[in-house]
Amino acid sequence: MATEQKFTSQTWPANPEQATLEGKNKFLGFWFFLGGETVLFASLFATYLALKDSVPSTDHALAKDLFTLPLVFLMTMLLLTSSLTSVFAMYHMKNYNFKKMQQWLFITVVLGLAFLGCEIYEFMHYYKEFGHTFTSSAFGSAFYTLVGFHGGHVIFGLGWMIALMVRNAKRGLNLYNAPKFYLASLYWHFIDVVWVFIFTVVYLIGIAG
Amino acid sequence: MSTIAHKTKRGVARTMWEYLTTVDHKKIAILYLIAGGFFFLVGGVEAMIIRIQLAVPNNDFVSAGLYNEILTMHGTTMIFLAAMPLLFAFMNAVMPLQIGARDVAFPFINALGFWLFFFGGLFLNLSWFLGGAPDAGWTSYASLSLASEGHGIDFYVLGLQISGFGTLMGGINFLVTIINMRAPGMTYMRMPLFTWTTFIASALILFAFPPLTVALFMMMFDRMFGSGFFDVAMGGNTVIWEHFFWIFGHPEVYILILPAFGIFSEIIPTFSRKRLFGYSSMVFATVLIGFLGFMVWAHHMFTTGLGPVANAIFAVATMAIAVPTGIKIFNWILTIWGGSVKFTVPMLYAISFIPSFVMGGVTGVMQAAAPADYQFHDSYFIVAHFHYVIVGGVVLALLGGLHFYWPIMFGTMLNEKLGKVSFAFFFTGFHLTFFIQHFLGLMGMPRRVWTFFPGQGLETGNLVSSIGAGFMAVGVIVLLINILITMVRNVQVGRDPWKDGRTLEWSIPLPVPFYNFKQLPLVRGLDAFWVEKMKGKAGMTPAEPVGDIHMPNNAFTPFLMSLGLFIAAFGTMYQADDKEWAIPVLIIGLAITFGAMLYRSVKDDLGYHIHKEELLDETDKEENR
Repeated sequence: MATEQKFTSQTWPANPEQATLEGKNKFLGFWFFLGGETVLFASLFATYLALKDSVPSTDHALAKDLFTLPLVFLMTMLLLTSSLTSVFAMYHMKNYNFKKMQQWLFITVVLGLAFLGCEIYEFMHYYKEFGHTFTSSAFGSAFYTLVGFHGGHVIFGLGWMIALMVRNAKRGLNLYNAPKFYLASLYWHFIDVVWVFIFTVVYLIGIAG
Repeated sequence: MSTIAHKTKRGVARTMWEYLTTVDHKKIAILYLIAGGFFFLVGGVEAMIIRIQLAVPNNDFVSAGLYNEILTMHGTTMIFLAAMPLLFAFMNAVMPLQIGARDVAFPFINALGFWLFFFGGLFLNLSWFLGGAPDAGWTSYASLSLASEGHGIDFYVLGLQISGFGTLMGGINFLVTIINMRAPGMTYMRMPLFTWTTFIASALILFAFPPLTVALFMMMFDRMFGSGFFDVAMGGNTVIWEHFFWIFGHPEVYILILPAFGIFSEIIPTFSRKRLFGYSSMVFATVLIGFLGFMVWAHHMFTTGLGPVANAIFAVATMAIAVPTGIKIFNWILTIWGGSVKFTVPMLYAISFIPSFVMGGVTGVMQAAAPADYQFHDSYFIVAHFHYVIVGGVVLALLGGLHFYWPIMFGTMLNEKLGKVSFAFFFTGFHLTFFIQHFLGLMGMPRRVWTFFPGQGLETGNLVSSIGAGFMAVGVIVLLINILITMVRNVQVGRDPWKDGRTLEWSIPLPVPFYNFKQLPLVRGLDAFWVEKMKGKAGMTPAEPVGDIHMPNNAFTPFLMSLGLFIAAFGTMYQADDKEWAIPVLIIGLAITFGAMLYRSVKDDLGYHIHKEELLDETDKEENR
């Protein structure tokens, strides 16, 4: 069967993620899924914009009080870089270089974890310094839901990539797992794109007032 | 490896296990039909209780609070748990056969979609036994539902969330199936209309369900986790729910009606024995309705106070939908025109659908005029309107489609005489029930009221309406008797039982082999099977030699994943009461779901092959029969 076949870098097809019908289906289906996810995040962004700075009384912190650029800049750099390293991983996947793919995926995971650490620190900071919580105001609910959904996606993506790396560590690449790696990296890019919007809509606009 | 052994005798337990683990689109279709049919009966009983309560003034057949629960559950059940799953049953049973595919693109996800829907529906209906059902209407507007006591609304939120995930997966699955799995020669513009409408409805599902997901999450957070999205005291805004609900809710009605249009577009040419008039304009109209369906949600909110500019824009967009719908109506009429019409039961449903649906459409355009809508809003006029489009459109399609596609799903034919009796009762009852409600509404009877006073001119109308509901119930009971008789007699029919089948699903032997097509067919035109018949051939020309067929393995994981969310939903709901066991239950439930996902991810599932020799043996057996 084609999916169990052993390959060399010469016989490895040009687009291994779409070399089988199953791979083609997954590729297309996952793009559709990301289309749905886009609408999901669009809805969360709309809610956030509607409820931004919407607090019950004047002693609550607003966006311009909360956000500072340095930390968010660091987080953005971490996530953008992790997107780049996942591109490197897919480059090596397409060249049938399993070891290098695993290495770059590992770096991607490390960067993702660093991003997550910053996010947890950030949330703790808002809670301790400003009393800004999920239940303190509609603004808080909308903020933590939007950014938290993104963070949840990061956690899911990290779990997914780690599971794939561990599962396939000993058997290398074939046409059955190539689409899986490819889709995980596609998901990771999507998370990155959402973050670009969060950076702009939540943080930049928040700081600008 | 042997698969033909599946067809030999087996016990009840084996059959149960087979259906719990099946990934075959034909069996999943039967599961959808049974579950959707069950919820249709539940919703029907709720409707009967509503009509009994409203039959006479000052009635107290049910209490006011219980009445609110029943009317909420009637709407929610009928839309989410009856109409959509029943359409999914036909999509699953027929669409892959219509495009000449051996299965859907993601058989595993197909099963997962069903079990998510099933557990979501089960969870929602368990509310009856666990402290009361939701009572804020099927729209569950936030300002009302946040104030609702008990767990009713929580059941609504969590149940719909779970079943919504299932629907979304079903939608993605159908999209990919139609794009990637078509047989050789099946170009887009040769696809049968039911496949086209499934395609567009699936695209609508993909883009309409995420806003509902977000709205349900926010409602869940507000009710169970103390957030303030809709709570004005915390700075929230209750209109956000209305927007998201209708950004989902309006496309939802097209998700229901487009496949119904598709079913009629199959029935009408078949029994007019004439190709569908204006095929390409039908396709164009379907796409256009799907597109415009996203542009009109605020016509449900004319009285919310969005302002004259917003109301005007949404009013015009709404009226515009009448144009592609009108194109469809004329195309159906012109298909029948000059045809050699056979008045079978499916055709009766199809023909009666045309005027019924037009009446619902006309009142729709009336409501699209925003100033007039201020008068119609929340009155029985609205109730009459949406029952005319949903019952007169979707339900007539479901009943017609049930008779039409029964042979494909079960290999037998429903009795035509009983079918006509049930049609006569249902159709008369439908108009008797809902036509008069237009006038009740115009006379000022508000929607969702528990009872009304005598001497306001509402008695006769309500009594007539309730009698009509009784007729519809008799129609459904006759249908059930028909199904029972057909199943007991179990007279198997051969290929193309209606004799006039036009599309690929009629070209294969009945009951459909579990691999669908031994050889993929070569499609040489629109109405592929009809094209071959007109050339004097008995069957399709194969596009490939007999070869090994790859099949997916059965899996229990979809059931487990859905069960996990079902368990987690209880934890989510009761942690708001500070019950000690709730958080552990939530964690266990999520652990089951994510554990099953991890298992699915790391365990290879390569499927199996049916070997050429076994297929050739089958051919011999068929010829000897």
